[in-house]
Amino acid sequence: MKPPVFDYCAPESLEEAIACLAEYDEDARPLAGGQSMVPMMALRLVSPAALVDLNGVHGLDSEALDPDSGALRLGAMLRTARLERSPLVARHQPLLAAAAPWIAHVAIRNRGTIGGSLSHADPAAELPAVAVALDARMRIAGPAGLREVPAAEFFFGLFETAVAPGEILTEIVFPKMPQGRHVALYELARRHGDFAMAGVALAFGGGPARVVGFGLTDRPVRLSEAEAALDAGAADFGSAGKELAASVAQAAAADVSALDLNDDLQASAAWRRDAAPVVAARAVAAARPTGGQP
Amino acid sequence: MSRAAPRTVTLTVNGRRCSADTEPRRTLGDFLRQELGLTGTHLGCEHGVCGACTVLLDGAPVRACLLFAVQAEGAEVVTIEGLTPPDGLSDLQQAFSAAHALQCGFCTPGFIVAADALLRETPDPDEETVRNALSGNICRCTGYLPIVEAVLATARNRRTEGAP
Repeated sequence: MKPPVFDYCAPESLEEAIACLAEYDEDARPLAGGQSMVPMMALRLVSPAALVDLNGVHGLDSEALDPDSGALRLGAMLRTARLERSPLVARHQPLLAAAAPWIAHVAIRNRGTIGGSLSHADPAAELPAVAVALDARMRIAGPAGLREVPAAEFFFGLFETAVAPGEILTEIVFPKMPQGRHVALYELARRHGDFAMAGVALAFGGGPARVVGFGLTDRPVRLSEAEAALDAGAADFGSAGKELAASVAQAAAADVSALDLNDDLQASAAWRRDAAPVVAARAVAAARPTGGQP
Repeated sequence: MSRAAPRTVTLTVNGRRCSADTEPRRTLGDFLRQELGLTGTHLGCEHGVCGACTVLLDGAPVRACLLFAVQAEGAEVVTIEGLTPPDGLSDLQQAFSAAHALQCGFCTPGFIVAADALLRETPDPDEETVRNALSGNICRCTGYLPIVEAVLATARNRRTEGAP
């Protein structure tokens, strides 16, 4: 089908974009990469009165390393494909670089944006889980100004985030990675690039472990027993990786037994319950050191 | 002017500057086919999953069904027509033909555009790289093997005979 009629705004500044959104009360949507929004419009699942195109807004796709904190600040309009090519990302936030090839397909990554993916909050998406695994902070602009929300408090559920109508996610701050951190992302999907049926993004070593499941429930979910197993065994990763992966899998099984797992066209809850420990173990096995920063 | 009203969109398509009036909701895919008469770009699913509508936007493969024509203002677009020489077939197209990498041909323009972009960036891909690069294109006829072979054969031939 074809998208329905809408008003089209093409602001050149963030202030203009926020003003355009405000004009339509809650019936305007920001347009980022369009790779999730436009299919929904074509299927007539959403019919916004107006689209505010962010692609022409200056300064929303920057990459900057904070010299004091070592944090990496990425503009929300950065294309997902850029995560695979950016030297700053490769060096300072390699989990983002590791995640990118799992995200949909080349053509989707060339237009899709990191801010769009995070704001859309598809439960099967990789970037929300990665943001939680990295303790990212989301910077949101609106009529009342700029505010910051940690990733742990950003995802409310299916397609729901802390971004209120009239607001725009502008930047994501990824804190400096501790020395000795290992990261990995692994997921199971029917074919390469399909929606994840079960996935895990993890980071351990040099600090508290993060094991974040995606595709399991309506939002990225921390698997706390798996995290405890990783914290306990992180030092053994090099010498006894298989045993560590097995203990993490066992812990992950306990974690998901307490979850209200999705039961849908992609996979049944029972399948997800069985698959999550396997995914967690494979993620541990795939973990790579990050090299840290001097 | 109403924000929903048609307006003029000007962009470069296959090296030629083109202009036409269109509503904002007109996708790039429809604009290329209807306003510009370039029907080589096919619309399979119109919601971004099949890849038949793949075109190059400023050199990168994108889904024309997920872009609005107004968003391509000032951009450089290359369609299958732009990858076809005036007097025959490109080496990639010939390789598709020789390998039986098309039957009904509906998905083929999307595959050619995607493969062209892959080979420009990675002239010597291995099979897994080819499969990953084309994972966003669906074919119902061939079973994909001949498509992968055609792309690998093109890469091999370019290495031995030099790029066209």
